[in-house]
Amino acid sequence: MTKEYNTLKNVIELPHKYAAGPAWTRFYDGLKQEKIYGSRCQKCKKVFVPARSYCPACQVSADEWIEVSQEGKVISWALSISHEFFGMPVSPPFITALIRLDDTDCDFLHFIGGIDLSDAKKVKDLIKPGLKVRAVWNEEKKGHMMDIRHFVPVSG
Amino acid sequence: MGRPVAIIGSGQTKHGRRFDVTYPELVKEAVDRVFDSTGISPEDIDGVVSGTMPSMMEGVALTHFYFADVLRSVGKPILKTETCGSTGVSLAITGYYWIASGMADLVLVVGSEKMNEGDSQATMTTVVEPFYQRYFISGAPGIFSMQSQQWSVHYGIPEERVRAAATKLSIDHHNDAFDNPYAHIKKKLTEEEVNNARIITYPVRLWDVCPNSDGACAVIFASEKMAKKISKNPAWVKGVGYSGEEYWFGDSDKVVWQCAIDAAKQAYDMAGIKDPRKELDVAEVYNPFTFQELLYYECFGFCDFGKACDETLKGTFAKGGELPCDPSGGTLCTNPIGATGLNRVAEAALQVTNQAGDHQIPGAKLALAHAMGGVDQYNGIMILGSKL
Ligand SMILES: [Zn+2]
Repeated sequence: MTKEYNTLKNVIELPHKYAAGPAWTRFYDGLKQEKIYGSRCQKCKKVFVPARSYCPACQVSADEWIEVSQEGKVISWALSISHEFFGMPVSPPFITALIRLDDTDCDFLHFIGGIDLSDAKKVKDLIKPGLKVRAVWNEEKKGHMMDIRHFVPVSG
Repeated sequence: MGRPVAIIGSGQTKHGRRFDVTYPELVKEAVDRVFDSTGISPEDIDGVVSGTMPSMMEGVALTHFYFADVLRSVGKPILKTETCGSTGVSLAITGYYWIASGMADLVLVVGSEKMNEGDSQATMTTVVEPFYQRYFISGAPGIFSMQSQQWSVHYGIPEERVRAAATKLSIDHHNDAFDNPYAHIKKKLTEEEVNNARIITYPVRLWDVCPNSDGACAVIFASEKMAKKISKNPAWVKGVGYSGEEYWFGDSDKVVWQCAIDAAKQAYDMAGIKDPRKELDVAEVYNPFTFQELLYYECFGFCDFGKACDETLKGTFAKGGELPCDPSGGTLCTNPIGATGLNRVAEAALQVTNQAGDHQIPGAKLALAHAMGGVDQYNGIMILGSKL
């Protein structure tokens, strides 16, 4: 391009209110009491976590509430070292993971922490799929996903 | 099954950082090109299909209204289709349906994006529910990193082997892009550069990831009657497939990835393809991340499950191999998201009509175009052939 053209700046801010509905409300209230709630579909009997008001497959109510295990196995993970991602509650480095909580039928997303994240190789040697992890809670509860601080490896 | 449908021409813009033009001016560049290349007049078009990523990318909502003039759509019906990364293939399928149904004879299909104008990463994140999924997916790189690691563990593929295959794809595609006049990133890379590049989300590194591109693509779809009248060399739609999964990432398996497998099966069944690796001459597989391209080879039946690394390292999917994939450089080198899938379709059409220039696969007669959208949620495929 031989000529530079102007670039104009524009910022759009659009606050919105998110109606949490009955299932999310009860799920988040459970987090305040250090409980992770799932729900069981009345038809296919699968346990979903976070709890749902309906089964994604059967479209019938999944209204049998179950306090699920706070332990599970790592299904997969990704380590972010420096890149900031919009809308995430923490800054890097952090590990996001798919975790299958015991006796549930879908993968739960959260962070893995409590370990040295400065070296990708060390992380890789420690965090393997199948690794057992458990939830660690923040002192202060807000009825919010980050009431669980992260999941840590269960030793032994 | 509907009436036969053909592609009679395409127009791609120069892709890159396009601060030299406004967004409608960029779209005009692609639309003008498709009318120039086909020689038909905008008055002959029965309807227009347009699509992009969410509006936050460029700050204007309902972009098909914003583009109404340059789409030459005044006085015509206009449809908007958007499915995130698979928008371009969804656009093509929308155009296909319109003509196959008998309701139109000529449809202009346009995909576009100006990713550099906004915060592209943040815009893509708004596709995801804000209080649970958005907290834990680390954007597209996080999703693809988790998917890739799960896949390699599932099939017991050593990490070094996955890295080697991804590195080969990165080197080959960035090199292939030199032969594509529309490609954005063209680069000679060494294994060392790719293997030691900055980590985005482990194991994904800088040269495993597509760029932010500005660009547009326009394609004209025609009924059999119009295609035969206007074009000496149309690309015929042989098959389409599109399949989706549950919303929540964590509800469905992304390793034996059903929506990718099903989309391919639908398209193959319609096209009468039994052995895709033998029958297809070239494939434009959506590859925003090197690692994900490997999974597609397996889900699309180009090789057995767990074998994509071995076949890639053997050169099966490189230029000159048994089934060359992304000779254009693919999404890895050029990613104006709303246009990306339509670029794949346009490239497949160029290949089967022997118009792909320096990146032509000699004698290509049957080609696959593909794109994926959402948090690994949707896959769409269109198969194009040189014969009706
Ligand atoms: Zn159910």
